[in-house]
Formats: sequence, C-alpha cells, structure tokens
Amino acid sequence: MEQADPKGVLTGVHFLDGDHACCEGALAAGCRFVAGYPITPSTEVVERIAARIPQVGGIFIQMEDEIASSIAILGAAWAGKKSMTVTSGPGFSLMMEHVGLAVMTETPCVFINVQRGGPSTGLPTLPGQADMMQARWGSHGDYEIIALAPNSPQECFDLTVKAFNLSEQWRVPVFVMMDECVGHMTERVMIPSAEEISVYPRRFTTKKPGEYLPYAGGEDGVPEMVRAGDGYRIHVTGLTHDERGYPAMNAKAQEKLISRLVGKIRKNESSIRCIEEDQIDGADIAIISYGITSRVALHAVEMARDRGIKVGTLRLLVCWPFPESRIRELAPRVKAFVVPEMNYGQMVREVERNAAGRTKTILVPHAGGTVHDPKVILDAIMEAVR
Amino acid sequence: MSTIAFGSGPEESLEEVENPVNKLLRKERMPSIWCPGCGVGTTVNCFVRALEESHLDLDNVAVVSGIGCTGRVAGYIRLDSFHTTHGRPIPFATGLKLGNPDLKVVVYTGDGDLMAIGGNHFIHAARRNIDITVICVNNLTYGMTGGQVGPTTPRSAIAATAPYGAYEEPFNLPAVAESAGAVYVARWTVYHVRQLATAFKEALAKRGFSFVEVIAPCPTLYQRRNRLGDGLDALKYYKAKSIVKNGADTRTAEISFQSDIVVGKFVDRERPTVLDSMNKRLAESIGAGYVPYPLSEDDTMERPRMEEEDCGDH
Repeated sequence: MEQADPKGVLTGVHFLDGDHACCEGALAAGCRFVAGYPITPSTEVVERIAARIPQVGGIFIQMEDEIASSIAILGAAWAGKKSMTVTSGPGFSLMMEHVGLAVMTETPCVFINVQRGGPSTGLPTLPGQADMMQARWGSHGDYEIIALAPNSPQECFDLTVKAFNLSEQWRVPVFVMMDECVGHMTERVMIPSAEEISVYPRRFTTKKPGEYLPYAGGEDGVPEMVRAGDGYRIHVTGLTHDERGYPAMNAKAQEKLISRLVGKIRKNESSIRCIEEDQIDGADIAIISYGITSRVALHAVEMARDRGIKVGTLRLLVCWPFPESRIRELAPRVKAFVVPEMNYGQMVREVERNAAGRTKTILVPHAGGTVHDPKVILDAIMEAVR
Repeated sequence: MSTIAFGSGPEESLEEVENPVNKLLRKERMPSIWCPGCGVGTTVNCFVRALEESHLDLDNVAVVSGIGCTGRVAGYIRLDSFHTTHGRPIPFATGLKLGNPDLKVVVYTGDGDLMAIGGNHFIHAARRNIDITVICVNNLTYGMTGGQVGPTTPRSAIAATAPYGAYEEPFNLPAVAESAGAVYVARWTVYHVRQLATAFKEALAKRGFSFVEVIAPCPTLYQRRNRLGDGLDALKYYKAKSIVKNGADTRTAEISFQSDIVVGKFVDRERPTVLDSMNKRLAESIGAGYVPYPLSEDDTMERPRMEEEDCGDH
C-alpha cells in the first residue's frame, strides 16, 4: 500500500452529504478520471467531481449516456488512470454490459450506484436497496465482483477509498451500493490526512515485453497489468482468451479463464470480507443488514433488548462476496436470522441458502420509497423468538 | 511466405522479400477469420503502411475495435489493441485518449458497429472533437452474424433479415460525420489502396476527430445473396463506378444499390479539440490556480501535411 496523493485529499472535518463524501473518497483514493451521466439521486457526486477534479489534475467527462460512461472508464483505466462512473436506477441497468467487459478484461474500476426505488423509472428521488442482486448478477455470464454498502456519509468516504483499493488489488469492478438516504443525508465527515490514507497501487508488471503474459494469474489469481503506451503491445478482448490475451474460443480455455476469474474472488473471500458484529455471541436472534437499513434496525434492536431479548447484529460492509462461512457458523447458534432490507428479498436469499435449514431466516421486506418502520422489524424479532 | 506487396519491385523474388506489413501483424494469429475476397484485410494492409510512413512512435498507437468482422482488426495488429463491446469502441477510445493524451488512438469499426448500435457515440465524439481517428469499413451488411440488413444497406439489396429487399433509407456516413463536426472526412473503396493509405496517413496526422469510410465487399453474404459475384467483381465495380470528387458536398455522397460511389477527401478543417476547449475554459474560470491538463507532446509539433496530388489520382 502507498500513501494517498495529498492533492486529492481534503483533510479536515466537514459537514457533507453522502454523495459529496463519496466524491471526496474517490479523489482521496487517487481517482483522476470520472465519466458520468446525470441521474437522480447520484447526480451530486458528479457535480462535485466536475468542480473538484480539474483542481487535482484529473478529468471529468459527461458522456452521452450511461453505456458510454461505463466503457469510457475502462478506456481510462487502460491509459493508467484510476477511474469511476456514478449512476442510479435505469442508468445502472444500462451499464451492465460493461460490468461484464471489466470482469472479463480484469480492468480495475469503480461503479457508484446510489440506489433508488425501481423497477424502471420507479421512485427517482426516494431510496431503495433493490439493485443488490443486479450488482452481483446483472451482466450475462458467470463472474464474481465486489460490492460495498455504506450506511453514513462518513462511510461513503471510507468505503469509496476501499472500493478503489479492492479494484486495484483484485482487478474487478467494485460497486459502492449507496442508497438515496445515505446519499442525501448530511453528517459529520472526517477526512484524514493523506499520510493516514492507504491506497493500493496498480499492479504493474516488472517483466519485460516478450516475457510478460498479460492474463497469467499470479499466486492470488490476479495477473499483473500494463498501460497502453508502455511498449508491451498487448491485446485486450472481451472474448474468452488465453494467457497471452488472444482469443481462444473453446471449452478448455473457457474453463481455465472462468475458474480463475471466479476463483480469485471466491478463494479470497475471507480476506475481502468486511462485516461488523455486535453482541452476536450468545444471541438468540441475529439481525443481518446493510446500508441505511442497518441504522433503522438498530432502533428495533434496542427495543428488543429492552424487552430482554438477546439480539446480535451483523452488518455487511462488503456484501459481495457474501460471507458465507460466517453465516454457516452462526446458523446453529441462533434461533433465527432476521433480515430487513429495502427490497422484496435479495441478500436474504444468501442468508437462507447458507443457513441451509439449520435455523429460521425471516425477511423483513420493504418496497422502498422510505425506510422501514423500526416497529415492523421489532415485530419480526418478537415473532422469531416466540 | 506470400508477399503481395505493392511497393516491392518486380525484379525482387517474392520469397526473399519480407512484407513490410508483417512486423505490425500478429502473425501467430494467422490465418485470420476473414473470408476470401473480404475487404477488411485490404484496409489493414493500407492502414499498416500508413502507420509505417507516419513516423509515429508505434508504442504509443492504440487500436480499439468493437464487435463484428471489422471488430477483429484489433486482434491482428501488433499494437496495443482493445477489442471491446458492440458499438462502444468510440467511448472506450474516448476514455483511453483522455486518460493519456499522448496516445494516438484509432477506432477500427464496421458499419453496424459504428452507425447502428454505436451511432450515438459517433455523433457525440465528432461533436466534442475528441482527437481520435475512426476508420469504418462499410460492407453494407452484418457479416459476422450472417448478412443481415444494416443502417447502410442500400434499398432493394437482399439481406438475411430483408428477404424481399431492404427498404429503409440508409445512412450516408460522410454526411453524418461532417454535420456532427468531424474535422477530416474521406471515403475510398478497397480498390483505391494508395489513396486509402494516404487518407489514413492524413487522418492520423489530423488533430481532432478524423473519419475515413472504406467501402468494402462482403463476398460471402452481401455479394452472393445479391448475385454480385465475388470479391474481384466488387473491385471491378468500384473501379468502374467510383467518382473521385475531392471537396464534394457530403450530402451528395449517398450510395444506392450498385450506384456510382463518390470518393475522395471531403472535409479537412480545424476546430479546437475537447481538451483544447476544456483547458481554455477552465483556465479562464479557475484562473492562475488551474494547471492545464497535459496534452500530447505531439501537439506542439508541426504535423506533416499531405500534398493535394497525393490524394485522388484515380
């Protein structure tokens, strides 16, 4: 890890909304190329980027649509820049093909999705958490990505920095799955000094042209990278390819490539994992939540504890890859997992799958538009302990 | 080794002469996927020759392709090369160029890739005048997927998805490019190999959004389905029916079924690039605190200018 470039770090204590904090996180992480297209409720991220990035030596371009934005960042990444795009709702749907291209070409890049109510145009100005499965599976084909879910403006800063670091380390697109509440909520945000912010440098090869194989995975499954213009004359393709990067369209090459792309994340899940647990040991009920819903759930947890119920919490800061083994460990120890989320059941499927019938899994759904009423979550807890 | 090279003298034995094009090809990937008589390979030959003569630092040249037969060009040229998604090589190239303005970025695309699925990106890149070169091999059909009708298929031509003949108005690509803001617009056919290589050289030397359309045959699908013979018959048609009109009004350059083809250099003008405009505006607004975004070192150098007579000697 390296120290952050101080040019991009707005050190100090600020009063920022999540969208603006996300922008500052990107700049602190070294992001110097942003492409975007206006869409509520994510627009404030790129508005601040447009004002800030020219002052730190970077570039913002408002592209003609989200399809263009989501591939312009891949071009910029191969030019050597840390890059991101920002969107919401329908814009996220339009970007899916390039999620696949980023996965296939192992291009480090960050996608910010400030989630709103859907499907389709849905609730442009109101929150949702219903794109969690789209982040995981939205592009065609079989792949793994990393997705983070902040629950405060401070975490919008922190997790955006983390998203860039993870994308450089694993060479996958990384998603920051905000929501309208977190994006538009204004709170204290402490931005540390540049020396206190660690950034993961691009994994440039030290091999010479001729010795370098652009798609040969290292020990952790991740290949080393070069930039266009470095003299390696690389070929990068969305087709199934061999270690040289050349198209190799047969079942054997497909097996080799896909197992490495999937394996580099799955095999390293425990080192990518980021969860926050409270009073989970000895708990009868475990609340599993993420994003803004985790803060709403806290109120329900307090009320339940007041009633003498042993409630623990597990919050997902990294939602994908899902901490499967942790859920498997907890399943026999709790009477139920209670999963509130602002959708009709997405992450709960992972919980239930890993609980594998060894305990109850109770979804507390919400269609979006506002946050849960904590009493509804409390009711689910009371039901679960009965 | 076969060396069908224009430029090698008749007195030299073909076996002894290394085709100068070879060193810029990924020969280990040959044979290519292109059908016999296909025009794409001819354009690659001309492009590589233009590169050789352009005196560019070839380590700094990147080729970006989308999807389709022409989309495979990136995979055969020994340069940094990116084979992206259908219709999207231009926005990828935009990111690549803005990410490192020192790169010379060339988009190699087909008519469907450029003008159907990617049409929006084409007009916006021309409008903002991003400093890239776009080469479009227009074979009037979707070759890779089996010869379906496309946005440049002439009316009455038979295609897999136009079994009774195409009936929509096709796009006139030079007119679209000019009206959207391209600073260099030329069209040639694969019969015009020298003019084509010259046009590529000029486009590469041009600062801003340059566009070269190449009319090329698809013998396997378009020619056969329309009973137009093979690749050689297409070249004979291009020879007989091409009309060189440098400076022609691009609005008059539409192509209909087996019609005359207006070729030549149509547009050569100057406009500030997006980075020029950005640096100017930000310097004015932000003031002395603004450090201009670094442009290509090449931008401060005199670019080679082509002589008029190099072009259009058909």
